[in-house]
Amino acid sequence: MQINRRDFVKLTGVSLGLGLGLANASLSAFARATKPPIGRVVIIGGGYAGATAAKYLRLWSLGAIEVIVVEAHQQFVSCPLSNLVLGGSKSINDLTFGYDALKANHGIQWVHDTVTAVDPDAKKITMLRGDLSYDRLIVAPGVDFIYDDLPMLASAEAQQQIPHAWKAGWQTVNLRKQLEAMPEGGVFVMNVPKAPYRCPPGPYERVCQVASYLKAHKPRSKIIVLDANAEIISKKGLFIKAWANLYPGIVDYRPDSTVTNVDVATKTVTTDFDKVSADVLNIIPPQQAGKIAKIANLTEKDYPWCEANFLTYESKLVKNVHVLGDSVAAGLPKSAHMATNQAKVCANAIVQLMAGLAPDSAPVFANTCYSFVTDKTAMHVANVYRYDAAKKIMISAEGGGVSSAPSDKEGEYAASWAQNIWTDVLT
Amino acid sequence: MKKIITMIGLATLLITSVARATEVFVLSANPSHIHVLAASCATCHGTNGNGVDQTKPLAGIGKTDFLTKMLAFKSGERKATVMHRHAKGLNAQEIEGLAAYFSAQIPRQPSALPSQVLNKNHAN
Ligand SMILES: Cc1cc2nc3c(=O)[nH]c(=O)nc-3n(C[C@H](O)[C@H](O)[C@H](O)COP(=O)(O)OP(=O)(O)OC[C@H]3O[C@@H](n4cnc5c(N)ncnc54)[C@H](O)[C@@H]3O)c2cc1C
Ligand code: HEC
Repeated sequence: MQINRRDFVKLTGVSLGLGLGLANASLSAFARATKPPIGRVVIIGGGYAGATAAKYLRLWSLGAIEVIVVEAHQQFVSCPLSNLVLGGSKSINDLTFGYDALKANHGIQWVHDTVTAVDPDAKKITMLRGDLSYDRLIVAPGVDFIYDDLPMLASAEAQQQIPHAWKAGWQTVNLRKQLEAMPEGGVFVMNVPKAPYRCPPGPYERVCQVASYLKAHKPRSKIIVLDANAEIISKKGLFIKAWANLYPGIVDYRPDSTVTNVDVATKTVTTDFDKVSADVLNIIPPQQAGKIAKIANLTEKDYPWCEANFLTYESKLVKNVHVLGDSVAAGLPKSAHMATNQAKVCANAIVQLMAGLAPDSAPVFANTCYSFVTDKTAMHVANVYRYDAAKKIMISAEGGGVSSAPSDKEGEYAASWAQNIWTDVLT
Repeated sequence: MKKIITMIGLATLLITSVARATEVFVLSANPSHIHVLAASCATCHGTNGNGVDQTKPLAGIGKTDFLTKMLAFKSGERKATVMHRHAKGLNAQEIEGLAAYFSAQIPRQPSALPSQVLNKNHAN
């Protein structure tokens, strides 16, 4: 006896309605034991979006969909909270996790490799070690940097001198070490790339964290912030107040300042109006969808993000290929919380499509980005987003907004957010 | 073969009866609407409402208790750091659907995910 498509529809058709916490263990064990699966989903990238999609595809299909994740790294290192490594209240080892629990708990197949090509006609991907076929593909590669205007920063050697630290890992540790080695009275220079980029409030949170370290250890030092945007693009009033109240005299913020040139040897930065020299320099290059998205033709010429259908996250350009996370052109904040929500909507849609049902026509989810202004004080921006059938996009619902002021209470909730999102995504 | 068929029968029966009891399927045009929305709460409240800290558990919460709390967040009657923003964006049907969903979850205490030492050869 094999579970066929009709049985599966019958099983999920009922159980999907009531939350699978109820679907009893024998049922999922039954579904898991039956072969063959009703379809195979291959996922490129085991970051916030890809790992979440893998888990919920297995959960919501009661194990009837085969899921294979291809991830280039052996470990998951969280960007959220990584600015606190610069401030000194977290270590990179607090933010590093393995994939073993996720794989084992949900029967997810895992390949440690890099995807180099996608063939949508043959429905297969190419990895360094060989090919893999799929029924549906999820592309969730995060962001890549654009070095066209800053070619001098493209090499690993240059990034050793001038890290971006915008993908958490050794570059984060490197930047922290450079701060520790900086002389008292030194100048830390960082930029904010032109939006959209990963994590709108992230650069301004970084300013707070570096300022917090300097205030405690090198109070005569300064931070120069070169923002390519016309103004602070998230939690503007709150950040301005935090810098003025908590870090007076430390933060020198300069809007409309696109970095046009960098001298790596002298750590000198040029903008249209300025030339500044740094003791420690952090350049966050402008961003685009992860490289594999472009290789797979999920982006159009001259626009580096992937257009998707917000009911299924299927690419508007390539059939049976879904895009998730930072790579999506959404007009919504590129955040970990958003990446996991998109992944859940997509996983549900794929389960329904494979079961021959129509996906939810009106998805709703929320985003919250917490920012730490000190080692333990945080503030939020939060919005609920609802699908607008006429416009075919997710739009902000009533009630969104930012904290009235940062607080220690929200610092505790932000820390709890991190623990819960890690556990939701990785177990 | 026979055994497996019996298992399907049993499982379906069980699920159908629970579904009747919770009446989730009448609350939304597409039944998956609520469980996907509920999953979006996991970021702060844990998978199926079982958070790693016990500060605001949702799994197994009484339906009335849930409704009272959500409506108080929505109206602004209960002061909150962030929940008012989440409650205000949801409609009455969704809040009822979530009440049924979370009240039907089994309370558990998941442990926080242990962290690791970053590998020397990690690429970033
Ligand atoms: C400093 C900083 C602070 C942040 N703080 C927050 C915060 O507080 N809250 C919040 O919600 N968000 C925050 N973010 C944003 C958040 O990190 C991103 O939005 C999130 O990581 C996006 O998830 P993703 O799955 O799209 O990409 P990622 O998490 O980057 O995952 C992509 C994965 O794909 C893999 N991959 C890419 N290409 C390939 C390939 N060809 N083959 C195989 N594998 C591949 C990569 O190795 C990676 O693991 C922050 C970001 C930064 C930089
Ligand atoms: C960004 C994090 C976040 C998200 C997302 C979130 N919550 Fe909350 N929730 C909180 C916090 C924090 C509290 C405590 C009250 C406060 O200060 O806002 C809370 C409290 C609650 C409470 C009251 C608990 C009690 O017993 O007092 C309920 C009920 C609740 N949330 C339901 C939900 C539901 C349902 C969702 C999803 C639709 C959700 N929450 C999404 C952070 C979140």
